[in-house]
Amino acid sequence: MLRLENLTMVVENNQGENREIIRDINAEFEAGKVYGITGPNGGGKTSLAKLIMGIYMPSQGRIYLQDQDITPLSISERARLGIIYAFQQPPRFKGLTVKDLLNIARPGIDNLHLRSTLRDVGLCPEDYMDRDVGPGLSGGEMKRIEMAQTLAREAVISIMDEPEAGVDLWTIQKLIAVIVGKYKKNPRLTTIIITHNENMLHICDEVLVLESGMLVHRGTPEKIWPHIRDEIECKMKEQCSGEVAYEIR
Amino acid sequence: MKFDDIQANLLKTIANLDGVPQGAVNIRIDGSPALRHSSPNIQIIPKQDKPGFDLEVAPGTKGETVHVPVILTKSGLTDMVYNTFIIGEAADVTIIAGCGIHNSSHMNSQHDGIHEFILYPHSKLRYVEKHYGEGSGQGKKILNPTTTVQVAEGATIEMEMVQIAGVDDAVRTTTVHIQEKGYVKMIERLLTHGDQHAESHVEMHIDGPGGSGQVLSRSVAKENSEQVFRAALIGKADCAGHVECDSIIMDHSKIRAIPQLVAEDANAVLTHEAAIGRIAGEQLIKLMSLGLTEQQAIDTIIEGFLR
Repeated sequence: MLRLENLTMVVENNQGENREIIRDINAEFEAGKVYGITGPNGGGKTSLAKLIMGIYMPSQGRIYLQDQDITPLSISERARLGIIYAFQQPPRFKGLTVKDLLNIARPGIDNLHLRSTLRDVGLCPEDYMDRDVGPGLSGGEMKRIEMAQTLAREAVISIMDEPEAGVDLWTIQKLIAVIVGKYKKNPRLTTIIITHNENMLHICDEVLVLESGMLVHRGTPEKIWPHIRDEIECKMKEQCSGEVAYEIR
Repeated sequence: MKFDDIQANLLKTIANLDGVPQGAVNIRIDGSPALRHSSPNIQIIPKQDKPGFDLEVAPGTKGETVHVPVILTKSGLTDMVYNTFIIGEAADVTIIAGCGIHNSSHMNSQHDGIHEFILYPHSKLRYVEKHYGEGSGQGKKILNPTTTVQVAEGATIEMEMVQIAGVDDAVRTTTVHIQEKGYVKMIERLLTHGDQHAESHVEMHIDGPGGSGQVLSRSVAKENSEQVFRAALIGKADCAGHVECDSIIMDHSKIRAIPQLVAEDANAVLTHEAAIGRIAGEQLIKLMSLGLTEQQAIDTIIEGFLR
């Protein structure tokens, strides 16, 4: 179980002013559940994920993993305790292959497991195992390889940052099925998915809405989704005042 | 022929040899030939006027591998050798070369190999050369290979030159001439550390129509080491050429990469890419988020990059 207590992160902007990216977030993520984090761009979703992984350090507050205070721990230490973060934009590595990365994610992974993991994210093992994770791969392929590492690692806490971004619809459906099959029913694992995708949100047990660094809503997808939809529509009307529609005509 | 432990280790490192290999072989130890035998298709004949040999592959020879490693275990020695490799028409062979130096003294050890490759029409050669130095003495381990390559009509050569550890000073000079529909792919992999200095100067002349050439360099410079990579492509016909140099720079090292394109024909297509940069923070974070320490992440990235 993961617990965030009064988590705040302040960064200095270009003008030298302090800005709160994450504001006093308190949340618990239980084992055996899938959580969705959604909200507008710049709302703090990725920053929160990076705080949990240890990529960013909080200005205030604590992070607990199974009641152990992990706030001072490094990225590697948190990874070894069982946290993984699937990057929104995974970096590329010249010379390292898909197989190399999966071997790092899950040391000693056997050939069968490696192949089934690649198939789970819609990649043909024959075509991809020995491919360089370099500039030759598309953004969508990089995202799937990133997801494959997450699946292979089977971490206690898996945080996936927009796993559906840049991935085709067919693969999204497959990915959703894999997440449901692998994580939703597993009482040991906690899954946190940052997403804007309605289908993805609907498989979550609970959805958290982050806006301006604050946790503004929390509830079941059924309860939260109409709220998000209405809010987006309102914002569109507010921002455009119907002008766009006139111009299109 | 028995090798002592140091010799065996050097041979294993540079040429992946465990004992005496099958087929044609020439092993040079401390400035003199230690083992030489030819095969029915591949003759190794000592030069009469200077140290070195002529290696002649008979036309049409297919699938044979020749090992020609050089090792130096005596310090204070400057070994100069002239080798000529003649690959007969339509032959297809592999040559594994390489130089290993063990120097535990305060005196320098140096090997200067002058290599000439003559590829007859439609022949195919894969050439692998590894440089490696070891030993804890103050004496420098120096390697200065000079290579010329003549690629005749429709012939192909793939050259892989690797220097991963222990060579203090290296100046590599390579000149290539490519005739009609000939093809050359040159790959260099280099890692320098400490106060090492490594230079590579490549001149690739694509003289014949339909000829093509590629020079690819991957290098990592650590600590106070310095590297210079200069590659010129000279296109004199309807041809294609590409130079790519990609380097990771670390600590206080210095790297100069100078790709040069010279087109002397309106149908020559010559391109280059050059990049020098440190290991990206995102790459380290990514590997650390999979449980590696920072140092393990750096080592993994470098190992992959130089593979």
